[in-house]
Amino acid sequence: MKRAIPILAIVTAVLLSFALYEALIGAPTERTMGDVQRIFYYHVPSAWTAFLLFLINFVASIVYLIRRNPKADILALVSAEVGVVFCTVVLVTGPIWARPVWGIWWAPGDIRLTTTLVLWLIYVSYLILRRYSTSGQTPVIAAVLAVFGALDVPLVYFSIWFFRTQHPSPVIGGGGSLDPRMAHVLLINWLAFLCLAFLVGWTRYQLEVVQREVEEAQALESLLEGSR
Amino acid sequence: MSFLAITRATLAKDVRLEWRSKDAINAMLFFALLVVVIFSFAFDPTAEESRRIAGGLIWVAFLFAAIVALNQTWARELRNQVLDAYRVSPAPANPLFLAKAVGNFIFVSVIEALMTPLFIAFYKLRALGPAWELLPIAVLGTWALVINGTFFAAISLRTRSREVMLPLLLFPISIPALLGMVNATTAVLTGEESARVWIALLLAYDVVFTIASLFLFETILEAE
Repeated sequence: MKRAIPILAIVTAVLLSFALYEALIGAPTERTMGDVQRIFYYHVPSAWTAFLLFLINFVASIVYLIRRNPKADILALVSAEVGVVFCTVVLVTGPIWARPVWGIWWAPGDIRLTTTLVLWLIYVSYLILRRYSTSGQTPVIAAVLAVFGALDVPLVYFSIWFFRTQHPSPVIGGGGSLDPRMAHVLLINWLAFLCLAFLVGWTRYQLEVVQREVEEAQALESLLEGSR
Repeated sequence: MSFLAITRATLAKDVRLEWRSKDAINAMLFFALLVVVIFSFAFDPTAEESRRIAGGLIWVAFLFAAIVALNQTWARELRNQVLDAYRVSPAPANPLFLAKAVGNFIFVSVIEALMTPLFIAFYKLRALGPAWELLPIAVLGTWALVINGTFFAAISLRTRSREVMLPLLLFPISIPALLGMVNATTAVLTGEESARVWIALLLAYDVVFTIASLFLFETILEAE
């Protein structure tokens, strides 16, 4: 098991470099947008990875509420942390692309944009709650908040959908088909990003396990010292 | 005691406490008044403009004011270990939660009833759409704020600096409800669109989170 992390790290590095080459040089240039479109290969895989991690957070939180298994709690924490990082990448790369293409940094009525932003806000508040919690029951209240956050997602989506239909925005949903070569590059990038997310998440998971063991050992030690 | 009896007893106690002290109502009232006055200094809108922005102003003022009531919901029960006593008693958790939510609903509704005339006067408002729709919007919108607010206030009891924590938890999750309230109110005031979809959204929000809160409140109450 110990050797798995370096191997995974090497695989991830190779995949990421290959994906970078493919995204910057391998993929054909988009006809109307030009090279700026290449940010798409980072933007979209980050978004998919972030959504996947938030889904894992939701499932792990429910499992924790039912089973009270500390591993599920650590998984929920890690997936939320890494998910927020990837979601931040999405929110930063989006406007960089939007400025030259749409002519604006941010389109408040766009459904994917705003849903992603609200998701980011919800999971940041989740992480803040975990940090500020004082009781030993942090996992329980965090899991409950995660369930509330996940229930909120469809409501956010529909509310912005209504908002958009009522307030026409400059952005019209995707449409059109993707060049197969571009789709190929996109998938390679997604694979590389998934490996990266897995690597970071796994390392963080181990770290959290060790950290909790240390905390437990310290608590035990101070108890023993007190009784001496 | 039955579910309803516990709810009624807790609610009656809270309302009586509030009636005698008027802590939450006074603070909320003054807070909302300040928001109205400050906004009216910040811009001096014409009747047409104010119709467009009033929906947002009203609900932001009520949201901020509601935080005051929500924060003291459970803080009151911490004194003399009332909450611990409740936890060890055989009474189920949900009636307590429901009573607290209904209590907050009453307090915030009182504020809304008192502040709305002021808003109308300050911003020269007159609804161009069907004005009766403002009533279901107010009821559903207020419930959307207090149901999650009451729940998250119970969560933030378990944190450091809990007064700060509540808005940080409540605002992100409330975004769809806020969008619903603000847009429904604006739709009625301008009379340009129908407010129906927004009312439906608020209703869906209320149903989803009322069920979720009742389902999970016991877990929160026992988490100590």
